[in-house]
Amino acid sequence: MTATEAPARPNAAPEDRYYTYAYLDEQTKRMIRRAILKALAIPGYQVPFGSREMPVPYGWGTGGIQLTAAIIGRDDVYKCIDQGADDTTNAVSIRRFFATVADVATTEDTSEATIIQSRHRIPEQPLADGQIMVFQVPQPEPLRGLEPRETETRAMHAYAEYGLQYVSLYENISAYGRIAATAGYPVMIDERYLMSPSPIPKFDNPKMHMNPAILLFGAGREKRIYAVPPFTRVRSLDFEDYPFETQSWDEVCALCGANDSYLDEVVLDDKGEHMFVCSDSHYCADRREKGHAGPMAGHALAHIETEIAAEEV
Amino acid sequence: MTEVLDRPTSSQSVGAVEPLLRVSNLTKNYGHVAGCLDISFEMRPGEVLGIVGESGSGKTTLLNCISGKLAPTSGSIAFNSRRHGLVDIYDLSEPDRRRMQREDWGFVHQNPRDGLRMRVSGGANVAEPLMNLGRRHYGDMRQATMDWLSRVELDLGRVDDKPRNFSGGMQQRIQIARNLIHNPRLVFMDEPTGGLDVSVQARLLDLLRELVRDLGLAAIIVTHDMAVARLMADRLMVMKGGHVVETGLADQVLDDPQHPYTQLLVSSVLQI
Repeated sequence: MTATEAPARPNAAPEDRYYTYAYLDEQTKRMIRRAILKALAIPGYQVPFGSREMPVPYGWGTGGIQLTAAIIGRDDVYKCIDQGADDTTNAVSIRRFFATVADVATTEDTSEATIIQSRHRIPEQPLADGQIMVFQVPQPEPLRGLEPRETETRAMHAYAEYGLQYVSLYENISAYGRIAATAGYPVMIDERYLMSPSPIPKFDNPKMHMNPAILLFGAGREKRIYAVPPFTRVRSLDFEDYPFETQSWDEVCALCGANDSYLDEVVLDDKGEHMFVCSDSHYCADRREKGHAGPMAGHALAHIETEIAAEEV
Repeated sequence: MTEVLDRPTSSQSVGAVEPLLRVSNLTKNYGHVAGCLDISFEMRPGEVLGIVGESGSGKTTLLNCISGKLAPTSGSIAFNSRRHGLVDIYDLSEPDRRRMQREDWGFVHQNPRDGLRMRVSGGANVAEPLMNLGRRHYGDMRQATMDWLSRVELDLGRVDDKPRNFSGGMQQRIQIARNLIHNPRLVFMDEPTGGLDVSVQARLLDLLRELVRDLGLAAIIVTHDMAVARLMADRLMVMKGGHVVETGLADQVLDDPQHPYTQLLVSSVLQI
């Protein structure tokens, strides 16, 4: 779990190698950087940009990859997670992609990384000043499900008319007796722009509030970039009589015993056996390394998982 | 033409009351085609104005212009809003105009699908105007929604059903509740009972008339149905070819039509 050295590339002269450093051409990166600067200047505002074709399909993180490509440099340390896990197909392939095209060191350690590209989680370990989170966003417009017209949603953002978003919360309460929305929970950025935090679980919403890191959001198909600059107020919407609350679990992580992390349920067999494990694989592995053990720590399945994690390194 | 534009329409001394709506010399051209031409009238609070005429006579153009959806070619539309007083609605900035529309107006469409959000429940549709006005207490809004659903005589057990699961008449009732819940000063209705069968139409009209009278609402009702006009309107404007050809008290216009077109219109109503 330590930073790996950049692979050696003996055949390419450095200047040739870096003509289109990190896959995108210089003009495209410049355009994306301008969009990022604008997004940082207007927290929560969706900045349109000329999204490019990427070597993965829409929905696999084209927006996030373009953001990363525009901000990454040789001295960056890159981490990529998918639903919190470093070792899933999408995370591994995007990490390898940047190790190849940008010659950067990669890591699974949250504190070591300078750029963390994420699909739908914020790591459990608090982010620090100088880190950049890059989110992959499928639908940047929080109001889209209720208002299909782009012209209308733009006017609503321009005039801060956000009553409509509460309709979805109202629907939730009338159907389930509580605000049942769990992911992509709408937030107000600095009390001005309504923003969809991409489909991160609402468990992660409070982490965005006054976060010292830069949070960048990229939607490749929808061609939008938006951002939350460091130390910005982020408020999750709620009703006076139904305040915002995050998910909680009755059980702890079966492997590391954590009671403060976001847990995924894993079905073990067809007889109703199941376990809860940390969604953040690095956080869980780190805790186990430090000697924490959950109720299933000695389980055969847990053993297999550690072996796989060891092979990855 | 019967000149009753400035005459009081009810027993109270209306002269002292500021007009709610003042339309002056309103003209809307679509290129070289005239939508409506040089229309002027005033409305007082609590007054129900019917606009009748055949298809293509400019009724809907007029309604769209007045309701802020379509900027007129010339002329002015002044509305006495709670926030700004009597001002030309097209002089307001767009956010101010949109806020005035949310706060002071309702718009009942002929087709409930145009006026409702079909993907959220009937209850949420009714409560939405309250949320748009900044209400953030679920329990209170739920209570108001229930009150209004019972006022429009809907089954309270179905409050969380989607609009598509309601019949046309019920959808129209939801739409009416949605447009009255925020206590508007003026409600626009574009053929509110069009497309409904006759018995449902009669019950709905009854309900509408009751609500409008109870709340002292001002309403502009566009219709080609003389029965609706007779039942709902205090005053009628008859339109033809973009012009207002006759205006007057509803009963007066319908019982003693002066303009040949009005005479034709009134005599064309089918009798059973």
